[in-house]
Amino acid sequence: MNSIEVNKLTKKFGSFTAVNGISFNVKEGEIFGFLGANGAGKSTAIRMLCGILEPTSGDALVGGFSVMKQPDKVKTRIGYMSQKFSLYNDLTVEENINFFGGVYGLYNNKLKERKKWVLKVANLEGKESLLTASLPGGIKQRLALSIAVIHEPKIVFLDEPTGGVDPISRRNFWDLINDLSQSGVTVFVTTHYLDEAEFCNSITLINAGNIIASGSSKELKRKYLTNTILEVECEKVVDALDILSKEKWVDETSIFGNYIHVSVKNEDEGRRMINKVLKDDNSINILRIDKIVPTLEDVFIYLLEKDRK
Amino acid sequence: MLTRIKAIAKKEVRQLKRDKRMLYVLFVFPILLLVIFGYAINFDVHHIKLVVYDQDKSFDSRSFINTLTSSDYFDLVGYINNENKIKNILDTKKAQCVIVFPKDMSKDLYSRKNVDVQILIDGVDANTASIIVSYMNIATASYSQKFQSKVFAAMGRKSYIPIDVRPAFWFNPDLNSTFFLIPGLIAMILIITAVVSISLSIVREKERGTIEQINVSPLSSFELLIGKTIPYIIISLIIAAFILIAGYILFGITIKGNIILLFFSTLLFIFASLNLGIFVSSIANTQQVAFQIATLVSMLPSVLLSGFVFPIESMPPVVQFFTNITPAKFFLIILRGILLKGVGISAFWQQLVYLLVFSVLLLGIASIINKKSKVA
Repeated sequence: MNSIEVNKLTKKFGSFTAVNGISFNVKEGEIFGFLGANGAGKSTAIRMLCGILEPTSGDALVGGFSVMKQPDKVKTRIGYMSQKFSLYNDLTVEENINFFGGVYGLYNNKLKERKKWVLKVANLEGKESLLTASLPGGIKQRLALSIAVIHEPKIVFLDEPTGGVDPISRRNFWDLINDLSQSGVTVFVTTHYLDEAEFCNSITLINAGNIIASGSSKELKRKYLTNTILEVECEKVVDALDILSKEKWVDETSIFGNYIHVSVKNEDEGRRMINKVLKDDNSINILRIDKIVPTLEDVFIYLLEKDRK
Repeated sequence: MLTRIKAIAKKEVRQLKRDKRMLYVLFVFPILLLVIFGYAINFDVHHIKLVVYDQDKSFDSRSFINTLTSSDYFDLVGYINNENKIKNILDTKKAQCVIVFPKDMSKDLYSRKNVDVQILIDGVDANTASIIVSYMNIATASYSQKFQSKVFAAMGRKSYIPIDVRPAFWFNPDLNSTFFLIPGLIAMILIITAVVSISLSIVREKERGTIEQINVSPLSSFELLIGKTIPYIIISLIIAAFILIAGYILFGITIKGNIILLFFSTLLFIFASLNLGIFVSSIANTQQVAFQIATLVSMLPSVLLSGFVFPIESMPPVVQFFTNITPAKFFLIILRGILLKGVGISAFWQQLVYLLVFSVLLLGIASIINKKSKVA
């Protein structure tokens, strides 16, 4: 069962095409990762799916309703949390809950029950009267997410939800997303952090308004990385990168911290050649060369490079 | 729908309670304006400084001066004995008015000759100068009349006045300009606070990004605007009542007309002003810009074009046409009607209709602009 079905969705701003006829499906209850660089069209797409931006052409069914024809119906079926913290900082925790509860038409017992749930999930029991501005970032994010699903929607959109949050809070936040998904909620999430993308059941990569890859994390790695990735630790990293990227036998190079990732067709051949060009030709000391399991980051750099060519 | 509107209105009041700056704008600012305008702007001319050059020094010249100074219109500040000093006195503003009695004035009066009394007035402030002239005319006429009847009586004849002009000023018997100004002041204060408060409240949501969360909710922009408008309508009504009470205590303004009529026309004016504020919020994206536009569109026209200070009838036709852009002009006519004249709805139903049309028009434009900006 698909909870979101996107069909040739397009958005043009004047002559600029932000989203270029994308199509994909999101299954019920899955965590769907929507990835792309800044300006790739992620936010435009998510805004169209939420019914706040009218598509230029194409359509999408969200929770069974067309974003083109029934955006108001779509809005009652979804929860949304944006990259900006969008609760009211000058209201207390409880006032925020009351407000958004009221906006989604909750009152009396139902509101009380959901308020309890939100406070429990956000770890804010007994702190209802704190001003939201005084909460730490991680807690705010949890509060924002639990308020975004206060009306128990079957689909929730998270637009870069973990921006500016520390790693531990991010991990806790993802636990919350997993809980939601387990309870049958479809989670549509965009993110910059590729380690977070590994938590998604399904990933779609968008670049310049087009989908350039989709599948699970495993599928993507298997499909696009037939090459071997060698991690090189050496001196003069910048010079070494420069030298390696000019070699014909090297498919890709990229820098990961202090190491260089080199994508080659054959492991033994690759090791031999790296030693030759760096050590023998340019007398750069090599500390180690290891074959590594490719990460999603390797996949994406490969895909984006390929798309650019 | 009611749950949603209630949620918005409640939230708005709570945010307002924590916003010290806005509370200041809403409650301290009106009193300040009322006191400043009520006391400082005063077109009444009292205590005109008078200097006398008396070449006659007779009983009659002194009694003429007494007639002038017995009212509080003229204050005698000194005598001079030299014609050359007159220029200096007017130049240095030691006096606004110098009166010159000719030599032998008394003698000429009793020998039934015409006597010319010279009055020199500082004409820099044309308005005050013309008021001084008319005061002088009235004073002189009444003195001459008294003198005439005295002379006639001495001759054993009765004097009579062919046409006796007795002006009576209705609605503002003392011609007190504060009475004329207070209604304009109420209109101005209400429009400024309404436009500023609601436009800032909406633009703040845009600036902080909270509007995004509202846009994805099932809340319609109509519900949002109604929810936001209700608290400000109530607050504006409180401010209006507040000014009326202050106007009574400080300046003695009373409500001559129907108070229920006053309530409903004020409500309509506040509604029009809030819609002007909503319009401002649709064209501004930051609170700073919104504040500037809001004060520009509310303060300037309501001071300059509403007839508050400057009478519309004496403006050039083109400017008169532009006075229609401010709802304050129309509310002012209503307010003066109800407060000062005590007239009924038949005297100003056109103004009420205008306020209604103005509100609907602005709300319509604002929602069109809002819809467009949402798409972009």
